[in-house]
Amino acid sequence: MTDVRQHAEDLHEQFSGHADVSVDEIEERLERLVDEFKVPMDEAKRSVRSHYVDETGVDRDELAGGSSDEVELGDIDQDEQWVDLTVKVTQLWEPRSDSIAQVGLVGDESGTKKFVSFETSELPELEEGAVYRLSNVVTDEYEGQYSVKLNRTTTIEELDEEIEVGDDDVTIEGALVDIQSGSGLIKRCPEEDCTRVLQNGRCAEHGEVEGTFDLRIKAVVDDGVDAHEVIFNEAATEDVADISLEEAKDMAMDALDTTVVADEIRDEVMGVYYRVTGPTFGRYVLADDVEELTERPDTESTLIRARSM
Amino acid sequence: MSQAPTREVAKRVFAREFNDATYTFKESDEERAPNFALLPTGDRANRVFVVGTLTETEDIGDDSEYWRGRVVDPTGTFFIYAGQYQPEAAAFLRDTEPPAYVSVVGKPRTFETDDGSVNVSLRPESITAVDEATRDRWVVETAERTLDRVEAYDDETNEYAAMATERYDASLLDSYREEVLTALESLDGVAEDEPEATA
Repeated sequence: MTDVRQHAEDLHEQFSGHADVSVDEIEERLERLVDEFKVPMDEAKRSVRSHYVDETGVDRDELAGGSSDEVELGDIDQDEQWVDLTVKVTQLWEPRSDSIAQVGLVGDESGTKKFVSFETSELPELEEGAVYRLSNVVTDEYEGQYSVKLNRTTTIEELDEEIEVGDDDVTIEGALVDIQSGSGLIKRCPEEDCTRVLQNGRCAEHGEVEGTFDLRIKAVVDDGVDAHEVIFNEAATEDVADISLEEAKDMAMDALDTTVVADEIRDEVMGVYYRVTGPTFGRYVLADDVEELTERPDTESTLIRARSM
Repeated sequence: MSQAPTREVAKRVFAREFNDATYTFKESDEERAPNFALLPTGDRANRVFVVGTLTETEDIGDDSEYWRGRVVDPTGTFFIYAGQYQPEAAAFLRDTEPPAYVSVVGKPRTFETDDGSVNVSLRPESITAVDEATRDRWVVETAERTLDRVEAYDDETNEYAAMATERYDASLLDSYREEVLTALESLDGVAEDEPEATA
């Protein structure tokens, strides 16, 4: 089947039940635009679709449904795709705008994505923890992050089943090759919902405050192919550097200097191989689970590879 | 601290190949453009991570301390130089009694000797003591990365391999593969390959 034919069939499917039009006729229109007038296929489809929408008076929103496919959240990698999802609502957030009815996270086995529904769509409310089949939602992209938008053509069906929500964690392995500034014993702003790290006793938002101590490592874990920036929180730091927040405070108190803590940590972790698992946050991997790699990796496969080259 | 340019990956390379990487270059005219050593297996290295045995340290400075350390891997020796601008590394070399397993993160540096030959050394960003397991893991990892490079050498799009062909003796490529075998076979419990019967 030709490309044009395939697109014509897609369009025909979208209009099925709405307009009395043959695949051939659609194909002809597409061909004319693409071959004769050198219009790109996307634009040609859009134009042909508009033509029939005008001609038949069909609601554009109702149309789009024809081509939506059941997908997993992890497969979403394009903007403005119409999809069907079976998801669990894992989080509901406070909407920041009056036009938004609900905003939060939905998840399936492949991971989680943000969802938004709008007041104007007048959809039933989703409940946290419930599982739904959402038909006809549209994907959206912002700075490389994908989300899904519910709209007034979306149908919501609550399912009486449980689904396992996969995590979006990444796992990286490599040697810890650098510890960045801002590691060790730090102070955070104590204001509610503000956990900013203080610089010289000042919070960027709240000015001079009495900080609360915390322990963390900002490090680079490098496997010789990629360098990943990793943040170890207090628990992960205690785990890898064998130092507790209390010990770190005592140590800094004795030395009248907090930098001794970072130095101590450096001695423990630099040059050590780790396997780190956790979610990504911006360019950082947050170390939820850390394992020091002490077993020697398999040499047999490497030997075979070297000998057979 | 802003980190606008992406951090340079620490390449894994055995001492033998590292010491052959005598050609260095920059990829832009900007003042702070990173300096790269051209690896003979066809890659660039602005930073390397090595693990080996520190076998010797010596203060070779005249007025101020300038420490040289020898770090040995199964294929050869890395020469580490640390002076007043690498105080932590210099202190480590001063305070550490060889032999000891160490890991070094550092930048390749070249200098021309009086007789015109080029020596490659390592200017450390950090040196730390590690254990034997870490050293063994590094050997296997470096073997894998070296084989990756040897394998990619003939890719037409490999600009660093093209550069290496221009700058180095390409017939040496197979010797780096041989070094990989030498390195792996040097590990405890790894048997050497039976010599193949000649037909």
